Amino acid sequence: MAKVTFSDDLCKGCGLCVHACPKKILELDKSRLNNKGYHPAVCIDPASCIGCTFCAVQCPDSVIVVER
Amino acid sequence: MAVVFEKTKGLTDKPFHYCPGCHHGIIHRIIAESMVEMGILEDTVSVASVGCTYNSYEYFACDAVQAAHGRAPAVATGIKRTLKDKIVFTYQGDGDLASIGTAEIIHAAARGEKITAFFVNNAVYGMTSGQMAPTTLLGQVTTTSPFGRDASYQGYPINVSELISQLTGAAYVERVCLTDFKNIQNAKKAVQNAFKVQQAGLGFSMVEFLSTCPTNWGKEPIEAMDWLKEKMIPQYPLGCFKGQDIDFKNLGQSDAEVKS
Amino acid sequence: MATKRVLMKGNEVIAEAALRAGCRNYFGYPITPQTEVMHYMAKKMVEIGGNFVQAESEVSAINMVYGAAAAGARVMTSSSSPGISLKQEGISYIAGAELPAVAVNIVRAGPGLGGIQPSQGDYWQATKGGGHGDYRNLVIAPASVQELYELTVEAFNLADTYRMLVMILGDGTLGQMMEPVAFRDEEPIKVVDKPWAAVGRGGRQTHNTVTSIYINPDDLEAKNRELQEKYKYIEEHEVRYEEFGVEDAEIVITAFSTCSRICRNVIRQAAELGIKVGMIRPITLWPFPSAPIAAAADRDNVKAFLDIELSAGQMVEDVRLAVCGKKPVYFYGRMGGNLPTQKEILEKIIAIHEGREV
Repeated sequence: MAKVTFSDDLCKGCGLCVHACPKKILELDKSRLNNKGYHPAVCIDPASCIGCTFCAVQCPDSVIVVER
Repeated sequence: MAVVFEKTKGLTDKPFHYCPGCHHGIIHRIIAESMVEMGILEDTVSVASVGCTYNSYEYFACDAVQAAHGRAPAVATGIKRTLKDKIVFTYQGDGDLASIGTAEIIHAAARGEKITAFFVNNAVYGMTSGQMAPTTLLGQVTTTSPFGRDASYQGYPINVSELISQLTGAAYVERVCLTDFKNIQNAKKAVQNAFKVQQAGLGFSMVEFLSTCPTNWGKEPIEAMDWLKEKMIPQYPLGCFKGQDIDFKNLGQSDAEVKS
Repeated sequence: MATKRVLMKGNEVIAEAALRAGCRNYFGYPITPQTEVMHYMAKKMVEIGGNFVQAESEVSAINMVYGAAAAGARVMTSSSSPGISLKQEGISYIAGAELPAVAVNIVRAGPGLGGIQPSQGDYWQATKGGGHGDYRNLVIAPASVQELYELTVEAFNLADTYRMLVMILGDGTLGQMMEPVAFRDEEPIKVVDKPWAAVGRGGRQTHNTVTSIYINPDDLEAKNRELQEKYKYIEEHEVRYEEFGVEDAEIVITAFSTCSRICRNVIRQAAELGIKVGMIRPITLWPFPSAPIAAAADRDNVKAFLDIELSAGQMVEDVRLAVCGKKPVYFYGRMGGNLPTQKEILEKIIAIHEGREV
């Protein structure tokens, strides 16, 4: 069991986490903009998260918390 | 569930001003994490330089001094000579370290100054909007090499790590990149190796980070990482150029600890 | 107080004074005619466990000074004119970051590579800023080897007190001359706390930052206003000068450092001819002793001023500002490394006295 949490308003929508996720369960939410004006990253299939931290380690802005 | 990853206390709460996908944030984080994990955060003085990271002191939670363009190794020398038992590192870009500050970095390394230089090579001037850097690749288009860097006209890129590693005073020189989990782990290990070399007083240490600049390269962040892998690494191969023989496992411990 | 008198060279006395003032960090680059400061430091600093680094350039040397000062240390560099030009970048940053440091300029004649003989042609550079931005350095101009000693010690106290660069402005003559100097048993070292220094956080909750960059215009303007207030305070409290003979002088000479020494003899010779000449010798070139010069200009007995310099006339502009048109201000200067002779200055005095000077 694992969980990723994004500090939504600090995300710059660069997509490096999406690229890094081995389970391909992250994507940029094109339906909305955060306070910075970016499409923030979201987890679309939380149940499949394995808590590998690949996304968080790749994130240039340290916006991801990983629990396992 | 337990938290297995969160923002390090080695960084302040201030959000980075860097562009989306820029690798500075990753580099900042692994340096900050290393300071915390090695227990040196409160004993470290960082030296910020001129370029995109002019205000890195607002992000690193250690004491800091801001230096003029290219002069960070000289400033760090002054600090380290005064505070011999502290850790002192510079954080410099390719314009800062490899162009205007060439004399300072070469001589700090030659003196075996017990400081660490973190050198971020993204093959372009970032802050001033994409001019040609000393590390710009042949053929690379920048705002001041609009037809692509032409060797007959603008000369050749400088391989800084290879250059510095020729100096006896340089104890540890490694080039890393941050394009995936494994490379980031390697980069973090290099950061810690560099700090250990400084702690042990072996001499000058430097880590060169190949980094993307999506904004000035005119590429999406993922595309920029691919470009780095395809174009930059052939010119700037990854690896340890100096200090391959150092026993990092036992470095940083006192002789007594090693013997026991 | 004075226990021993020894014959020493000006440049060596500067170095000795710095060590006595508790300076344990010296960073420099070789250049004539200040080299003996460096030689002395290279030996003595290392013997007492301090830091001496021969930098790769003057640019690096001043930035090492910047680093050591940021870390809270007493620190000094020395150079001569072309080298000081290279150091202006760092000096501007030192002003911006408000760091205490001492820089010695044993001035030689310029412009360009110029020559290696004495000059006062760096007066403007030293007193009007020198580098970029609105800032001042406290500039001290000793006139003897004894003063080099005492004022260098004082320079460190002033630097720490005001968190700024203090420049000792000498010249090739002063640096190279040997004179007896009496050292004190104990130096009047002012210990100034430096809670702002970047020394590692230790137990502090927040981290210290030494910087000169303020991207927000309001922040930068506020910083500049702070600096200007500091400079104003210094102008009100730290002016130093020597004055003599003004109370009954017909002509008042203004001259500093080496020039003032030549003028002293000329004043005696003029008195023998029945011409009363006084002198105001600025010891601090910034802050400039405008008030005593203005007061002299107001005196009925004072008919004219004569400014003597080793330049085309730089300090004379500050003298004219202080005199403010009340009396004529004449000038005589030599350049290229030459010194004015007593005869030349005396002829000038006689011409002014006889109303021939225009």
